[in-house]
Amino acid sequence: MQVPADVDYEKATSVTHALALLDRYGAEAKLLAGGHSLIPMMKLRLARPELLVDINGLSDLGHITRAGEVLRIGTLTRHAQLLESELAGEHFAIMHDAERVIADPIVRNWGTVGGSLCQADPSEDLSAAFAAMKGTMVIQGPGGIREVSARAFHTGPYETVVGPSELLTEIKLPIRPGGGSGYLKVARRTGDWPVGAAGAAVWLAGAGGKRSIADVGIGLTAVGATHFVAAEAEEFLRGRRPDEENLARAGEIAAEHCRPVSDQRGPADYKRHLVQELTTRVLRVAISRAQGLAS
Amino acid sequence: MKLTLIVNGREYSRTVEPRLLLIHFLRDELGLTGSHWGCDTSNCGACVVWLDETPVKSCTVLAVMADGRRVATVEGLARGGVLDPVQEGFAACHGLQCGFCTPGMLMTARWLLDRNPDPTPAEIREAISGQICRCTGYENIVRSVLWAAKQDGGDDDSAP
Repeated sequence: MQVPADVDYEKATSVTHALALLDRYGAEAKLLAGGHSLIPMMKLRLARPELLVDINGLSDLGHITRAGEVLRIGTLTRHAQLLESELAGEHFAIMHDAERVIADPIVRNWGTVGGSLCQADPSEDLSAAFAAMKGTMVIQGPGGIREVSARAFHTGPYETVVGPSELLTEIKLPIRPGGGSGYLKVARRTGDWPVGAAGAAVWLAGAGGKRSIADVGIGLTAVGATHFVAAEAEEFLRGRRPDEENLARAGEIAAEHCRPVSDQRGPADYKRHLVQELTTRVLRVAISRAQGLAS
Repeated sequence: MKLTLIVNGREYSRTVEPRLLLIHFLRDELGLTGSHWGCDTSNCGACVVWLDETPVKSCTVLAVMADGRRVATVEGLARGGVLDPVQEGFAACHGLQCGFCTPGMLMTARWLLDRNPDPTPAEIREAISGQICRCTGYENIVRSVLWAAKQDGGDDDSAP
């Protein structure tokens, strides 16, 4: 039987209240959202907070809205909400692709977007997806609100820039013209962590045969990519034509630069192969969508 | 801490430790042993209950997180002594063998049919993909849910 150790519990009534509790207890307090990472960790004594600050009542953190050319996703958005959001899927199909393969429908009902990102598991899907979309993380603390690029959010396995007295409140995603995105994952079984996965967001410029890749974001997870990003492959593609040869080369570059390790999910050379193949394929998907050729 | 919630339409107040899991609260504090405590790791889904409008794995939810909310368990499925169509379906189509996974399967099936009255077998499999039947009786579980969909008035014109 697994049960968490003794812990205090407070239900936050506002962001300010949550921050005040975090400030008072410091690193011994943990925010509790869906709890689908934290509670299992508490059962295993991998986490042993003195206080849980339950933020599930903060309904103003569960939004998916568009403000001008920015899509804003509240930290408390449940995975299922993101999967069902037409607004999110319309601008960034990558989020629907990724959410469809995160855990299972019941876990997705309660697990949250912010919780997944802040858990910062090196195999986490949304971390790669938000890195690909070049999102901005909005973090609130006692000193006010600050914004950090999704690409500078993670400082290591299970570590982020969010301080012990801070709260990730939302993620902002810039909506730019000519965009398309997708996410592909290989897992051993339905709902499992990825053996490897790749997400891509591309923004095309020009028309017809003269199209070129104005900008591109490629996210990788579970394969030791720094900040979940295939930076060298992005660099290669920027300004080039979205043709098969270039996409294949981008896959090779992504595979060269990631650092997968052999574990029970598979040997490193297989994971590297996956990165090459998935990167090329997901770029193909993203470009088709940017061109309006596929859903 | 003091916890007040509504389970299957009835209000309960109890004082519990914050670390108490919802599944143990339901089973040990309220005596509602229909929900099963299985893997303890949110993999198997035997503990699925509804928290407000959605099914959750109650081994990974603290009882205090349900404070002020509504919980629905398998005990609340039947109304006035009449079984829910998903329960009828599991009986009619042999949807259970040992029965351990059944309460969770029933709660997810009811949720699915409320949202999607006429699911395909693939949609049923997707809905229960986070739940494990260790008897491996998935074929009959899918048949049972399809049977219930017809009773609910899905696409079958002959349904009552």
